[in-house]
Amino acid sequence: MSSTFDTIANIIAETCDIPRDSIKPESHAINDLGIDSLDFLDIAFAIDKAFGIKLPLEQWTQEVNDGKATTDQYFVLKNLSARIDELVAAKGA
Amino acid sequence: MRLEYFQLIDRIVDINLADRKISTEATVPTTSTIFEGHFPGFPLMPGVLLIEAMAQTSGWLLVAINRFERMPFLAAVKDAKFRTFVTPGQKVSVNASLVHDGSGYAITRASVELDRKSVCDAVITLRIMDFPNREMRDKMRETAALVGFSTEVPANG
Repeated sequence: MSSTFDTIANIIAETCDIPRDSIKPESHAINDLGIDSLDFLDIAFAIDKAFGIKLPLEQWTQEVNDGKATTDQYFVLKNLSARIDELVAAKGA
Repeated sequence: MRLEYFQLIDRIVDINLADRKISTEATVPTTSTIFEGHFPGFPLMPGVLLIEAMAQTSGWLLVAINRFERMPFLAAVKDAKFRTFVTPGQKVSVNASLVHDGSGYAITRASVELDRKSVCDAVITLRIMDFPNREMRDKMRETAALVGFSTEVPANG
């Protein structure tokens, strides 16, 4: 069974035509991989389907805009993986 | 259709919130300056306007799902296929169903049918945002009334 990171890295590689080898846990989806907000909707859709969750993109965006969080917390892939794991765990609770 | 107002939908036939789908209908006008150019001597409903009809139909579904609290905006069109021509005077049915209700976006699968045969279809992504201002929301409500959007709980909801 692949890890959460592997799953989202594969999704990003396929959705955005980015070489899989260049996608690292430390990669920032926006700053390092150059994924824009529209492409991220495709990624979010694929993640939602793959994990049976609903990524709270609007909440995250609001928190960043309000200065309560940084984009690193949600868009560095190892952090995104952790957030997804939390959402999956919360769903099963 | 009121092409001059970019209103591609004449009437909402049914909104089913339980199944998250909608049906609308629209009649292509017999005359329009659009047909003078598309094409001279062979008037056709432009494919981009058929996409717009699918987007507007999807939009009314999202407006209903969000109880007129939020506004859908077209963000992406995928896998659009045009299978046959639509000509002036023809009445088409437009259908859309919700594929995914994400956070701040939604994805629908939509189609246009003519005599129950598929004319075109596509997968449509819409961003779901707050109304930018009260004027727009009020105007949307006026348009909603024109196309038969119920302000009460829609049928089958």
